[in-house]
Amino acid sequence: MAGLITMDDLTNEQIINILDDATRLLPVAKGELFLPLLQGRILGNLFFEPSTRTRMSFETAMKRLGGEVVNLGDIKNSSVVKGETLFDTIQMVDGYTDIIAMRHPRQGAAQYAQDSARVPIMNGGDGAGHHPTQTMLDLFTIRQAHGTLEGLKVVLAGDLRYGRTVHSLSHALTRFGCELIFVSPELLKMPPEIVSDLREHGATVVETEDLLGTINDADVVYMTRIQKERFADEDEYTRCAGAYRLHADNLGDVKSEMIIMHPLPRVDEIHASVDSTRHACYFNQAFNGVVARMALICYLLGVKVPINIKSEGGAL
Amino acid sequence: MANEHSMRRVTAIRNGTVIDHIPSGQALRVLEMLGISGKSSVPVSLVMNVPSKKMGAKDIIKVEDRELTQTELDRLALVAPDAHVAIIRAYSVAEKLTINLGTEVFNVVRCTFSNCITTNLREPLPHRLKVISRDPLHIRCHYCGRPQDLDELIKNVL
Repeated sequence: MAGLITMDDLTNEQIINILDDATRLLPVAKGELFLPLLQGRILGNLFFEPSTRTRMSFETAMKRLGGEVVNLGDIKNSSVVKGETLFDTIQMVDGYTDIIAMRHPRQGAAQYAQDSARVPIMNGGDGAGHHPTQTMLDLFTIRQAHGTLEGLKVVLAGDLRYGRTVHSLSHALTRFGCELIFVSPELLKMPPEIVSDLREHGATVVETEDLLGTINDADVVYMTRIQKERFADEDEYTRCAGAYRLHADNLGDVKSEMIIMHPLPRVDEIHASVDSTRHACYFNQAFNGVVARMALICYLLGVKVPINIKSEGGAL
Repeated sequence: MANEHSMRRVTAIRNGTVIDHIPSGQALRVLEMLGISGKSSVPVSLVMNVPSKKMGAKDIIKVEDRELTQTELDRLALVAPDAHVAIIRAYSVAEKLTINLGTEVFNVVRCTFSNCITTNLREPLPHRLKVISRDPLHIRCHYCGRPQDLDELIKNVL
């Protein structure tokens, strides 16, 4: 059964349908209604790398819909440290579960797992590769704020080289005709093969190192953390750390409806002074991880989300 | 005429393999891909940049006392997908082999990206590269999606 490895696994129409399902599921995600659409189903959470939001939101999504979750747990206590291959781990979990959410430090691991499994794999991040479930919640958040995904001007700033969230998101935004402005230090530029892919698909891409010169025209400013754990060389990290810091004082001339997003965790890219502005959207974005993943799991398992949620759901 | 002229540059072989219509300048890459080095004891003749009606210029390799296997043909597909391969026995063409560069290359080379999941050689699934375009040759790993550089790929022949 097909899963979600990259955004290429979904058509624009499928993306919109999943976002529509997610919108209807909001009262369930908030705990206002109980709708056990996934009762009797089991999600396997396989996180070979640390994760807070992605792992917890998958778990919450499953439980809000009445499903169950089994976790790989700490990999230090799993068969992985004994040298078990990913193939063997997947064979085992495939037999225990109906769907798998996975994060792995190696690029291509999610596709490898999908080729080894019968159940759908949801890629929760593979090295510096893709993070399509994050993209689904990002698209949900952007559409929630702007009412559309079409033709927006989106600034993506920070670590564009290793940041898998921006890789998946820029592919998806290109398909909806958005204009992309990539802001990064030279060392952390978007990989050239991704930029050329985007341009081949008709994207308008601008690359710059100047963040403040781009934000006043933007509809979305998507900040990312400089990821220390992706650098082999500590000196290179030091040269890039703290390259971009957004402060409330920088927002005086931005569009009133502009939103600031961040996949979190943040370090110092967004100052706490931004949190209380109308532009701060990152905590709502993190919450949306639950509802977007609820809709995605239903879609991948072929479970129909009712049109009228309120008549189907029960009170808690 | 050009072909006759070029064939006079090397003598006919009694038994072995002739690889003709190699893109001009690619013969050394072909030898590397086939694992033929100066250390092997079989005689190898090589001509480069000879005139060709069809290609303008081409390279030719003749390997004596060795017949290419299907695995070797699959490797050849990456560097010379339109080459002609003939097996020679007793000075005559005994077989003409077809090189086929399809849409995927299975278990011929492994991905060159150091953080690809396939760098764990204990993982049992096949090494798979997707052919995005033939001319110019553009290949990506099926798993990690990274574009592959041919010079690096040659070092990763399985």
